[in-house]
Amino acid sequence: MRRITPARFPETLAFLMRRRALSRIGAIGALAFSQQIHSTSYPEQRQRIVCIGGALTEIIFEMGAQSCLVGVDSTSTFPKEASLIAQVGYARSLSAEGILALAPTNVIVTEEAGPPGVLRQISAAGVGVEVLDSGHRYEGLIQRIVRLGRLLSFESEAAILIERLNLEWNQLQASSLTHSVIVATPRRVLFLFAHSSSRLMAAGTQTGAHAMIEYAGAINAISEYSGYRPLTPESLVSARPDLLLMTDHGFRALGDLTAVLQLPGVMHTPAGQHQHIIKMDASLLLGFGPRLPLAVKRLKSEFMDAFIS
Amino acid sequence: MKLVFQRYKNPTFFLSLLLVLIFGLCALRSGAVEVNWNHWSKLFAFGHSLLFSEGVTHPLDGETYVLWYLRIPRVLLGVFVGASLGLSGALVQGLFRNPLADPSLLGVTTGAACAAALTIVLISKQSMLFSFEVRVWLLPFVSFMGAFLTCMFLNIGASWLMPGSIAGLLLLGIALNALGVAVIGFCTYLATDEQLRSLSFWTLGSLAGANWTIVPGLGIVLVAVYLWCRTQAQQLNALNLGEATAASLGVLVPRLRWTVSVMVALLAGVSVAFCGVIGFIGLIAPHLARAFVGADMRALLPISMLLGALLMLTADTLARTIVIPAEIPVGIFTALLGGPFLMLLLHTKRHRVE
Repeated sequence: MRRITPARFPETLAFLMRRRALSRIGAIGALAFSQQIHSTSYPEQRQRIVCIGGALTEIIFEMGAQSCLVGVDSTSTFPKEASLIAQVGYARSLSAEGILALAPTNVIVTEEAGPPGVLRQISAAGVGVEVLDSGHRYEGLIQRIVRLGRLLSFESEAAILIERLNLEWNQLQASSLTHSVIVATPRRVLFLFAHSSSRLMAAGTQTGAHAMIEYAGAINAISEYSGYRPLTPESLVSARPDLLLMTDHGFRALGDLTAVLQLPGVMHTPAGQHQHIIKMDASLLLGFGPRLPLAVKRLKSEFMDAFIS
Repeated sequence: MKLVFQRYKNPTFFLSLLLVLIFGLCALRSGAVEVNWNHWSKLFAFGHSLLFSEGVTHPLDGETYVLWYLRIPRVLLGVFVGASLGLSGALVQGLFRNPLADPSLLGVTTGAACAAALTIVLISKQSMLFSFEVRVWLLPFVSFMGAFLTCMFLNIGASWLMPGSIAGLLLLGIALNALGVAVIGFCTYLATDEQLRSLSFWTLGSLAGANWTIVPGLGIVLVAVYLWCRTQAQQLNALNLGEATAASLGVLVPRLRWTVSVMVALLAGVSVAFCGVIGFIGLIAPHLARAFVGADMRALLPISMLLGALLMLTADTLARTIVIPAEIPVGIFTALLGGPFLMLLLHTKRHRVE
């Protein structure tokens, strides 16, 4: 037997260390190998839809076509039953294989969905990818319902839904005439989008928030730019909003009403001085789904409460 | 042949190669869609017509399609990108004689991403001017130029500002990195909603864009650079002894620096162009390799390439299988796997010192 001389010993130790490290790499490999492959078998249906976009999922539920849905994205949070359907992740970072594994006949997406390469891969696999525009108008909503009804062969249900929405919408338009008599000058509303107190964004023109503010009979306090831009305290003060509109999520990110009032600049606006700050669920406010008339109605009554009192 | 094997008589090389193969097979096996042997055999039956008649409507059904057009290119892209990052990391560390050097720390990958972001924001409005082929290769070329210019600037700037100082080089790299991040930030500010979508794909890093157009391209670049590196390994070894010593041994140091910079830019630029910025592998792979085979560049270059591929493959497989049918950004897993490995390595080294 050969003796291990002291000079050789460290090298042997190093070799053992290497072997230990290598065996650890091997253990990870074994883990990957033993991992159960996810598979599910579904009963045959006439249509299997993966729907990317909260508003589109809402329309499908409203038409009573939810049995066609086999997958939705993470923005599909309403109605609650949507959370029982398989989640395919965030609309902007979809996975081609994950979606194809659900064996869909059609994938319905809004313009926001992506990455574009993944959508291309899905349609190359022979699955129809339908891109529905996400225009922030009432007319756009009706067009989306018509297209969805045609795609899912739920035309009559779509027609009933449209009729109901038109009725609600027309009532809303009629009531706005009476309201505009009460509020003589249009009020300025600023939509504040907050991740945290250090990252405030305001909605400019050509945004969903802008359209909602106008539908509810007020005007957007920001008209200088389009899209969402970071808001500085100075531009907040110079925008002179009579009311701050926020999402529930943003309000919670900041804390409470006093935290919002303490944001730099807020106390120097009419909105801050009169504590005119209202919050609303983001998917209701900005979704432009079948709850659009409801959202406008609620927003309008909130505006009324704030301005008339 | 004997010469080739003598160079790799260390068993680590074959072991890593074997591990890459095994992990590759595991990665091919796992995914959202279940694939069995029938689909493989069908793929082999069609293989010939697939390889030689590109663009014809595919005769493949669901699972076989997923295998051929989604999973195989993705696994190959993972291997190639991981290998590119590992190799470029080893080259950068050798070139700058610093264990902290890494394409992403020195701003090389940020330079590439920055050039690509500028292209997306400034040129995409006129994108109709270019044909489809030009547009596919425009971004890789631009990001290569971004990476190359950053490398050159580092080379020239560092030797002019603080000659021979490693700290100066690192600080310059960090400054360039910050500059690149600022330009990318400005681009996201200017970008329209649509451009923002392609920008976020870039800055996050993902292998989701894998297809049969980019995989062979990246493979050719990788093999070419690797073959060239093998001829330069001894010169890099000499450079490790210091510039003056290397010069006295007959190494043309300035020329070596230029050529290695071009190679690093090529590897980093092309992989950033196809997958966005994926950090950490360029730093961690050479360190792991050095723990196994020591600092000899002849062994270090291939091993860090293989270990980079291994890390990338594992990270991407985890990223796309854990939350089926959704996907997690791969960067999370490269750091999650690499971080503990680096700590383990430091721990081992500490023992040796004692």
